[in-house]
Parts: sequence; structure tokens; C-alpha cells
Amino acid sequence: MIGDRRRLDWTLLVLFAGVPGAALALDEPYLLDLFARVLIFAIAAVSLDLILGYGGLVSFGHAAFLGIGGYAVGMLYQHDLGSGFLQFPVAVLVSGVAALAIGWVSLRTGGLYFIMITLAFAQMLYYLGISLKVYGGDDGMRARRSEFFAPIDLNDQTQFYYLALAVLALSLWLGRRLVNSRFGLALQGARSNERRLRVLGVPVFRYRLTAFVIAGALCGLAGALFANLNEYASPSTMHWTRSGELIVMVILGGVGTLTGPVLGALAFVLLESYLSEALEALASGFGQHWQVVFGPLLVAVALFARGGLVGLLRPGRGE
Amino acid sequence: MSGAGLALVDLSKHFGGVIATDRLTWQIAAGELHALIGPNGAGKTTLLSQLSGELSPDAGRILFDGRDITALSADRRTLLGIGRSFQGTSLFAEFSVLDNVRLAVQARAGHSFRFWRAARQDAALNQAAFAQLREAGLDHRAQATAGSLSHGEQRQLDLAMALVGRPRLLLLDEPMAGLGAEESLAMVARLKALKGRHSIVLVEHDMTAVFELADRITVLVYGRAIATGTPADIRANAEVRAAYLGEAPPAGERHAGA
Amino acid sequence: MVQTFNGLQLGVMLFLMAAGLTLVLGIMDFVNLAHGSLLMVGAYVASTITGWTGSFLLGLAAALPAAFLAGVLLEVAVLRHFYDRGHLEQVLATFGLILFFNEAVRLIWGPAALFFDPPSALRGQVEILPGAPYPAFRLAIIVVGLAVALALYLVIARTRVGMRIRAGASNRDIAQALGLDIGRLFAVVFGAGAALAGLAGVILGPITNVEPGMGDPVLILAFVVIIIGGIGSVRGAFAAALLVGLVDTLGRAFLPILLRLVLNPSNADAAGPALASMLIYLLMAAILFFRPHGLFPARTG
Repeated sequence: MIGDRRRLDWTLLVLFAGVPGAALALDEPYLLDLFARVLIFAIAAVSLDLILGYGGLVSFGHAAFLGIGGYAVGMLYQHDLGSGFLQFPVAVLVSGVAALAIGWVSLRTGGLYFIMITLAFAQMLYYLGISLKVYGGDDGMRARRSEFFAPIDLNDQTQFYYLALAVLALSLWLGRRLVNSRFGLALQGARSNERRLRVLGVPVFRYRLTAFVIAGALCGLAGALFANLNEYASPSTMHWTRSGELIVMVILGGVGTLTGPVLGALAFVLLESYLSEALEALASGFGQHWQVVFGPLLVAVALFARGGLVGLLRPGRGE
Repeated sequence: MSGAGLALVDLSKHFGGVIATDRLTWQIAAGELHALIGPNGAGKTTLLSQLSGELSPDAGRILFDGRDITALSADRRTLLGIGRSFQGTSLFAEFSVLDNVRLAVQARAGHSFRFWRAARQDAALNQAAFAQLREAGLDHRAQATAGSLSHGEQRQLDLAMALVGRPRLLLLDEPMAGLGAEESLAMVARLKALKGRHSIVLVEHDMTAVFELADRITVLVYGRAIATGTPADIRANAEVRAAYLGEAPPAGERHAGA
Repeated sequence: MVQTFNGLQLGVMLFLMAAGLTLVLGIMDFVNLAHGSLLMVGAYVASTITGWTGSFLLGLAAALPAAFLAGVLLEVAVLRHFYDRGHLEQVLATFGLILFFNEAVRLIWGPAALFFDPPSALRGQVEILPGAPYPAFRLAIIVVGLAVALALYLVIARTRVGMRIRAGASNRDIAQALGLDIGRLFAVVFGAGAALAGLAGVILGPITNVEPGMGDPVLILAFVVIIIGGIGSVRGAFAAALLVGLVDTLGRAFLPILLRLVLNPSNADAAGPALASMLIYLLMAAILFFRPHGLFPARTG
């Protein structure tokens, strides 16, 4: 079963690796950007799955870390610090520290409180971004691509794409190790029966906080990549709908599977760009209103699609 | 090691206007099996939860092996050697039976801050977990989902998890509840085997089992201990008979007063 | 003084949103992200009807039943299928509903913000203190909001329905065991909550813009209010709403000035607004740190 998942991971990674070639062959350079977006959201969704799927904690503020990672890149760039060797570690570190602070407060509660508190903190950071006039306020700020050493040049779309792919592969690998370790078992035990786990001798809060920090830091890395992709960092990355979208990706793909969120990110980005085109073809002018269709689709997914896309790929596989 | 003593001093717990534990002072000797009986709502489970650290008392102290543990959290107390089973069982229902015990084993091993090695390929973890399952007679069910076990098997698993790491004090909350006649006999036999190896606080409504197993019995009514003594003392105690056991002789009658 | 009134006005508006929502959360343990959409429905209907008839009162009279109906429809058609589902599914479904509502509104009314004038009788200024004029409409909001709060208090504290609501919010299982029809009770609470959200929309419309998604930032603020007040507690929601309203408004007005006392002006001007925008969330964090279940926890056991 776990072997199955690994195979699916590899299949996906190999397919992703073929995208630059395909884009070149089809003469559609736009595809490379689109799929780089898929990869970055996949990293973010995988990180969210660690706390949402394995920890059972519905965090509705995960986009905050995407934003923090982006701001780390943008702010350093604005101060003429363009090196990726500085920007990426700072992005990971700062989002990890932010996750520590947010987790410290929100993990003391549970259930509905946790959902609302994470949402509120993300909104706080969103407004903070808007109020930072020095860093572009509402509009955000420009950030050229991070500089690494000589042969690596992120301005090269293909190189950037493969960097994102490598980070995704690494996240999946580390994530798998994590959830199958003793730590991962304890984290899932807390999801299943918190009270029992505590009486067995596990300080649940510490485990959850650690998972929250790891997830936040990883999402910060995705945020740094996202700012690089857009060559821009702005508060809109932290908008609460973005947090909602990350949750959508995780559920769409399959909660608590790590592979699922990758599929979910792929499905989401493709839907986002092609659903509107399809609707536009149906009725002129309707394409921009694709969310009228997408919204009810999510309700249907919530009602019927328990296992997500991963479940569809392997029907009848119970866990 | 064969258990450690427990002492409560003036322990009190209120819920709003309801008194669950009323200035309870109480002692259990090392290695003793001490049954706690009383009508529903007497505060038995609430007391166990204060002993395990899930609830904190409003006042009073809890001494375990001479050490004041009143302020310690549940997980710290477990590591000191207090194990607990739950009323109506409390498992990781969607986990395998083996994973349930694995969690207990790794928890008792101190901390589980190990991010790297696959837990399911950890030989030390697996061996300890299997040994525990064998003792509980559940090794043939190791790969089954815990939620799919029969009620009797779930109770045995619940107990097996509490036993991991040989706790010096065992808190058992109605281990007999809901068991059939045969399963009850098996559970009594299992508890007999445990007797003397741990100090045990047994909350139970099955009077046959209680009078058969207990070294001493305490009767709890509205959070107060109205009597403590050997089974013979309790059987003879007029106040207890009036307040709790009724007039019928306790021996041979199941679920008396429940 | 004027700022205090602005704070009160924000507070009562938040209370209208939070009052219904906190009961929904408390009784059904249900996250309804689409509550902000009901506010939007109220604002759009009121602004449209007022535009057609020229009468604010008619707009108000149409908006409340419209929000109520939208709420009941939502509950029957979608939400009730999610009560026994996990929070995750509830979040996904109601998030989908928000996307739908926002886009549907854009489809019907267009993406541009609508203008919505306050009623002519309340367009002027009132002198609340000698030399301190204040917009009459905003004053009316405070009065209406406080009146609604008082009415709600009386209903909940003094009537049979109120008693049931309190029982349901504090412990659903026990309330059910006592023979309360939680489903019916909840329909009543949900409808009333929707109407209150609609009222909040009518109030908010003339002050800000009537536009798609206008209810969502208010929803998040209402969440902050509910967290501070304690889930399921209307009393807590009232206290927390006023607290949040005042802290936010006064913070934005005075924090930059205060900072100028300790920092040099350019730093103060940069840090002031940033800190002010975080103030209520920091307040929330501080309160949670000491009282993880809010100021007036309603739930027991």
C-alpha cells in the first residue's frame, strides 16, 4: 500500500519532469509557467497535508506562510540582497518562527477555535502586508529572481522549473519519512484519539506544534519559489481565499496521503485556467464567472468525494 | 518492582454546584488491589481522571510513591509509572491492533521525537509490541483494525496498552463492563495474574469480580469514602449495605446496586 | 469622542454578525463561512429596492426577509447535510458556497460597487456634544444595534425559546436528552442569524461600498469576536464586539500619535498603521493565552 503510493509519487514526478520537453515540442512556453505554478502549490499543499491530513487540524491560515516566504524574498531584494543562498534560508526560518508563534497560541485550543484562530492570524498578516507602505502596501513589491552561483540561473525558465520540481520531490520524500516515523505515528495517534494518547504518555501539544512549524517552514519555501515565479511579492498571496484554495487542493487530491495534494494542486490549477476557457466557449462572457460552477463543485466534492483523486485512482483501497 | 503506593490528601473537585470529590483522604499500599465501588454518579471515574492527570483537582494533594504529583500533566504521570484503561474502551480505532500497542510502547520509551526511521520497521518497537500482544492473547489479530475487534478483544487491547512499560500503578475503569460471561471470566483471570505485580485501583460494578479480586474495597458515595476495608469488612458494614448494596447479599449477584 | 462613537458603531455591526453565528457554532458545532454571504445578500437587496423605490425603509423591509429566506434556503438545501460531517468537509462546502455567492452576485449585479445612500432623514449631522457633530446615520446604527442587542438579551434570558437556545449552546447532548428538537431549534436560530446578518448588510452598505465579497472581511472579524467572547455565548459576543470595535477604531486613530512620542516621526508613521492593523488580533492572542475558551465560555462538558 505504501509501496503503491511511492510508485504513484514517482510516476507523477517523472511526468512533471517531462513537461519542459513537451512545452518545447508543442511550442507552448506558457505551459512551463503553468506547471511551475502547479509544482509550487503542490509543495504548499503537501506541507498543509502534514497538519491537516496527518495531524487532523483544520488550519485555515496556511497561505500566511506562503506570503511570509514571498515577503522574505521581496524585502531582501528591496534591500539589495538578491542571493538565493540568503533568501531561501531566511524564508524558511522566518515562516518557521511565525508558525511557532501562531501555533503556540492556536494549538492550545482545538476544533472550531483552531479553524477560526488560524484564519484570523492569516488575516492579520494580510492586513500587516497592506499597511507596510515601505514595502509596496496594497500592491506589494517587485522581486527579481534569486541569484545562485554561476551555472544556476533561475531566470532560465527551465532551470527554475527543475528547481521547483526538486523541492517538491524532496518534500514528498521527507514527508513520507516523517509520517512513517515514530513522530508521525504519534501525530496520527493524536488525530485519532487525543485523550488516550496523552494518557499513554505523549505530550500532544509539543508534537502538534512541531508538525505545525515544519509545515509552516516548508510552505515558506514554497512562498519563496512563488515570489520568484511571479517576480513579485504581494499581500494578495496571503488573502484568506488562498488558504481556502490550499485546503481545496488537499481535499480534492486526498487528505492524509501526501500524493493526493500534488494531484489536487494539479487539478486545481488546471481547472482554474481551463474551466473558464471551457465556459467561455459555451457562452461568451461566461468564462470569467467560472466560480459559479466551481463553488457548487466544491460542495459536491465535500459531500461525495471522501478519498479524493487518489481514491479514484485506486478504488476500493481502504485505509 | 511490584507497584508503588498512592496517597490522597483532602482531594476535592467540583463541577459548578456538583461535588464530584469531597475532601477525600485515601491510601493504597504498594502492590495492593484496591476496588472502588459506589452507585453511578459517585465520582469514581472523575477520581480516576484526577489520578491519571486528565483532570486537575480544585484542592488537595496526590502523592505517588511518596512524591507529590498533583501538578504533573497526564503524560508526565504516565512516564512515572501510572497506566490507565478506560470505561467503554478508548483505542485508536482506525489503526491496526499492532500500531495501537506500538504507540503505547514508543510513548513509554520516553519521547517519540524521532523523525527519520520508519516506526514500523523498528525492531525494538515491534518486538516489545508483539510481546505485549502475546501476553494479551491478541497476537493473531495484530494486523486487524482495532475498531473491527469484538468488544471483549477491544477491552483486552485497552488493558494491554495500559500495561505497556509495567506501570507501578494501574487505574482500571470498569474492565468487566459489557462483557459476556465467558469474557468476564477471562478478564478476572487476567486481573488475577496482574495482582501483586502492580498496585491496582479497580473501578467495577461487577460485585462478584470485586469481592473475588480485591484486597481492600472503598465505597464512594457523592465523592466521599463512606467505608474502606477488606471484602469481609465491607460485606458486614451496615452503613454500606444500607447506602449502596441494599439488603441483598452481595456475593453471587452481578451489577448490584447499579 | 467621535472615534469612540465610530468604535461603538463598528462594534454593534460586528455584534449583529457574531450573534447568530456564535449560536450556530455553539449549538451545531458547525462552521458556516457563508454567513458573510448573507450580509452581502442583505446589502444588495436593500440597495436595489431602495434604488427602485427611493425608499430606504422599503429596502430595509425587503432585505431582512430576503436574507432570512436565503439563510433558510441555504440551510435546507446544503448545510444540513453537513452537520454530522467533520469540520473539514464543512469548511470545504461553505467555502464553495462563498465562491458561488460572490460570483453569482457579480453575474447579476456586475462587478462594480453599487452606491447606496442612507435615508434622507438621516443624512445630516447631529451634535452629540456641544461642538462635536456626528453623522446622524451612524448614530442611528448605534441606537438600532443596541436595541437589537437588548431585544436579543430579553429573548434569550426571559423566554422559553431562549432557554432552549441556551441549553442547546451549552450542551447539545443533554439538551437533546431532555427532549429538545435540536433540528427545529436550529432552523429558528439559523433564520434569525441570517436576518441579523442581512441587517448588518443594510447598515454597512451606505458606509462602505456594496460589492461582491463585502461580507467576508466582516465575517473574519466576527470570528475574532466569537473567539474572544466564547463560542455559543451571545453575551460574550456583545462584550467582545464592542471591545473589538473600540480597540480597532481607537487604535487606528491614536496609536500612530502615541508612537510619535517614543519614535521619530517617520518611523512612527510607518509602524503606526502596521501595528494598529494587528491590534485586535494581538488582543485575541493575549486573551486566548489566558482563557483558551474565551471570556464567557458557554459550553460545558
